[in-house]
Amino acid sequence: MLRFLLQRLATIIPTLLFVSMLIYGLQQLLPGDPALVLAGEERDPNVVAYLHAKLHLDEPLPVRYLYWLNGVLHGDLGESLRIQKSVLELIEEKLPVTLQLAVMAMIIALVIGVPAGILSAVKKDTVWDYAANLVALWGLSTPNFWLGIMLILLISVNLGWLPASGFVSPFEDLSANLKAMIMPAFVLGNAIAAVLMRHTRSAMLQVLNADYVRTARAKGLEERVVVLKHALRNALIPIVTLGALEFGTLFSGAVLTEQVFSIPGFGKLIVDAVFNRDYAVVQGVVLFTATAYVGLNLLADLAYFLINPRMRG
Amino acid sequence: MKAKTFTRALLCAIGALALGGIASAQSTLRIGLAEDPDVLDPTLARTFVGRIVFAGLCDKLFDLDEKLNIVPQLATGFQWSPDNKALTIKLRSGVTFHDGEKFDAAAVKFNIERHKTLAGSNRRGELAPITTVDVVDDSTVRLNLSAPFSPLLAMLTDRSGMMVSPKAAQAAGANFGAKPVCSGPFRFVERVAQDRIVLERYPNYWNKAEIHFDKVVYQPIVDSTVRLANLKSGQLDFIERVGTSDVAALKTDNRFRLQKIVELGYQGITINVGKSDFAQKNPLGRDPRVREAFELSLDREGIVNVAMDGEGLPGNQWVPPTSQFYAKNVPIPKRDVARAKALLKEAGVPNPSFTLMTPTTSDAQKVAQVVQAMAKEAGFDVKIQATEFATSLNLADKGEFDAYVLAWSGRADPDGNLQSFHACKQPLNYAGYCLPEVDDLINKSRTAVDPAARTKLFEQIAAHVAKDRPIVYLYHRNWLWAYTAKMSGLRMVPDGMVRLQGLKFQ
Amino acid sequence: MKLAEPFAEQGARVQADAAPADRRPWRRALRKLWRRRGAMVGLAFVIFFVLLAVLAPWLSPQDPLATSWSAVRKGPSAAHWFGTDEIGRDVLSRVIWGARASLLAGLVSVGISLVIGVPLGLFAGYVGRWPDALISRMTDAMLACPFLILAIALAAFLGPSLTNAMVAIGVAATPVFIRLTRAQVLSVKVEDYVEAARAVGNSHLRIALRHVLPNVLPPVIVQGTLAIAAAVIAEASLSFLGLGQQPPAPSWGSMLNTAKNYVENAPWMAIWPGMSIFLLVLSFNLLGDGLRDALDPRQL
Repeated sequence: MLRFLLQRLATIIPTLLFVSMLIYGLQQLLPGDPALVLAGEERDPNVVAYLHAKLHLDEPLPVRYLYWLNGVLHGDLGESLRIQKSVLELIEEKLPVTLQLAVMAMIIALVIGVPAGILSAVKKDTVWDYAANLVALWGLSTPNFWLGIMLILLISVNLGWLPASGFVSPFEDLSANLKAMIMPAFVLGNAIAAVLMRHTRSAMLQVLNADYVRTARAKGLEERVVVLKHALRNALIPIVTLGALEFGTLFSGAVLTEQVFSIPGFGKLIVDAVFNRDYAVVQGVVLFTATAYVGLNLLADLAYFLINPRMRG
Repeated sequence: MKAKTFTRALLCAIGALALGGIASAQSTLRIGLAEDPDVLDPTLARTFVGRIVFAGLCDKLFDLDEKLNIVPQLATGFQWSPDNKALTIKLRSGVTFHDGEKFDAAAVKFNIERHKTLAGSNRRGELAPITTVDVVDDSTVRLNLSAPFSPLLAMLTDRSGMMVSPKAAQAAGANFGAKPVCSGPFRFVERVAQDRIVLERYPNYWNKAEIHFDKVVYQPIVDSTVRLANLKSGQLDFIERVGTSDVAALKTDNRFRLQKIVELGYQGITINVGKSDFAQKNPLGRDPRVREAFELSLDREGIVNVAMDGEGLPGNQWVPPTSQFYAKNVPIPKRDVARAKALLKEAGVPNPSFTLMTPTTSDAQKVAQVVQAMAKEAGFDVKIQATEFATSLNLADKGEFDAYVLAWSGRADPDGNLQSFHACKQPLNYAGYCLPEVDDLINKSRTAVDPAARTKLFEQIAAHVAKDRPIVYLYHRNWLWAYTAKMSGLRMVPDGMVRLQGLKFQ
Repeated sequence: MKLAEPFAEQGARVQADAAPADRRPWRRALRKLWRRRGAMVGLAFVIFFVLLAVLAPWLSPQDPLATSWSAVRKGPSAAHWFGTDEIGRDVLSRVIWGARASLLAGLVSVGISLVIGVPLGLFAGYVGRWPDALISRMTDAMLACPFLILAIALAAFLGPSLTNAMVAIGVAATPVFIRLTRAQVLSVKVEDYVEAARAVGNSHLRIALRHVLPNVLPPVIVQGTLAIAAAVIAEASLSFLGLGQQPPAPSWGSMLNTAKNYVENAPWMAIWPGMSIFLLVLSFNLLGDGLRDALDPRQL
């Protein structure tokens, strides 16, 4: 166990180091002098010079990278020059928003994907199976920003049922918060639902053919009990593990969803920062996301390791 | 001991009651902004949209009225010295900052000096002609200038004239913008980046009779359709910069009001005439006849109609034709494709080709595509080079472009639209235009205090610029504001700021 | 069986233990593919879009760039079946021409991923030791950054244009192919026939290309087809953010980018390009699913 953990850690550290270099390099090599953007409309040469010094822009790239890395290792991710707020504070502010969106999307995905998967496995090669597969293909093939625009057009503008965009803190007004989040969460969750549906289907098909399920059937148990009690329980393990890993995909998807619905979360933070050349924000946020992703992977591996005795050998 | 606890409990109860009473009558104004403002420190602030928030947060020495006259705000009056090298300002008494500190001459001195010295200050250039500030008495301050400087008063109606609490500014240092303390009608409560800025009514505001809201919330929503959808669904009371394509539908909707006014700024095409050797390599930058042909190929009315749905005023100068400083000797040229073709033939390049650098914003791209189609009829081959805004600034600064679609948000004094663009080596002179006569005229216009004398000088400058065309001005946008019909008291000032004084719900 | 989002890493993990294909799998696979109705529908649509893109100059009723000041944002009519856009261009013609950008984006970017990813994966898996460790860690690093963020940063770095968007998507999608190939190589390397080839004295390069590569290819082809679908969406996403195809040239993503400003009063500007993206992506997904079933001997 300890050895396994140490082995994994030994690969994680160089991975994160590469992440930091990748992100830093990409950011700093972007064309466009960030000082010119940050200096605003007037672009007063004094201000540009001041920003140059503050961003260490006149020093060679490796030196700047070390400045930044040194800060990161001391828990300082830098500060957004555009609005004068530390990157850590921004992360603290935005993370709950995106997490809420991701969790809601995941719930929607589970609610749609798992039952659909069970249905299509149990009724393999029937109309139900085809219908579920078609829905899954639809989910995988719609660009989510387009779906978002169409939903705003239909549900907010034409029907006036839900607000078109924006975000209300759940602590301020929970129902307003849910109203604002349900549409983006659906847009984001709909693709994951398709993925989960497929996982569930194949996991269920495998389990349904397993000996113990046949035995259960042979005992004369009702089909519903067989499916829900025996088969699903065993199929759930891989579904949940893979589902946990889908959070990475959710973060990618959140980028555009947040843009379309003007939700002030991680995705919007990063995209705006890329266009405004607010380097510290992009670097800090991506490093944070990548670390979280690597951590989540580690947890999933650990879970697998614990569940699956064969791996311990 | 016991009595004390009891009193405290009683006070709490009264407080709660009082609060409850206020809460029931509480009114909040929710404003949708087109962008997320930058840092909320008047000295460091750099964006147009930030100024809209400052209109609620920070009072200025002077203000502008609907006709662009300069009117007192924190000042009550002013007096130029006979040589125009000193400006004496009388200050309003009884004004306090949001932290309770007194506003007086010493505070003004502190603020002007802060604008001039704080590291990274964006105001330093504007206030450069001020050498020293004298506190004459508690309510009188004198700004001493190195030379007469006519745009100064107009600068004091904007961020340079905003006054922050010296005590708070000293305590916060460079982080002042995270929690600004000014003397405007509303004080800062909180800011969630990209989401909202919340201000609450300042009870001791000097002009509180004019304030009818308890809270103002500014929400940046970049997409104009979404901004409008929020107004329609009642989540916002007011939105700035309505999408031009939505105007027609809004006009017929009696739940909302739509107001418009021509901006102080302009949309134009900057042409590289001498910023780098790009100018010599391209017929457009090299030959004034080609530039004239280019201008003649354009139908400004058509551009406004197609790209802006008619929501703009065609123009050919750095100020709109409605301005008192518009040079009447240089009218807008009519489209003349035949003449354009003839000029190109004369210049020996019947089919000149150039790249038009265009930021990836939708307005700029529409303008570029319309210009491309129009210029084509005269024989031009315009290649649109869509460039991310940040990158385009860098290329413009280095002079690596032929022509550039660039807008300017405008300043109250025409000098703010002129000097930095057409005087030699100025930071925004991307065209690389540099003519000693023009430089001389611009300097004269800055030191001339009499408006009639300035108009004369502007006419001379306009004659040069119209002939050399470092910038081909196209049009002046309308500021389009939409708000719920239950609101009244909106004042339309061409600077595009939303003044909260007088605004109320019926 | 995780092929749903081709740019996610787990696909590789699960694919890796697919058994190596037998000696002559291709003909059998093709026959199987023919029998999959969904895949055939997908293929038909792909062919339809390819024809649309290739024949665009003859098929489109009007010049996709021709502006008409008198017909700005007009709804569908006999003259303009899909309506006109914000500067009076024919939306139908732009949708037809836009097929070029989307197809190119899908094919070229996946091509880039394959050209970089497969050799690197082959090298890492076959050679092992420190080159493998180095390549694997870099792959991990790229996979740890959200795909779209990586693509956005790359596209911003290269400058907005269709070509650069394709490069950005291709590079950002490469690590999946490195990992897939590498895992596949690891499982094939220990097979008897590879050992045998080595015992006979074949060179490493020969073994890698003649014996290992062919067995690595089937899952790579499946992944590649599905990756095209994802790349089409990615191109549309970048164009939507203003980082892809630039005006006046049409692409479905950039058409949507403009259309979003007019959804309320000119919805046709958003509906048709969106539908086209959906259909093209759907057909590549159908085809990919079919290929997977045909090429994967362990299918359920």
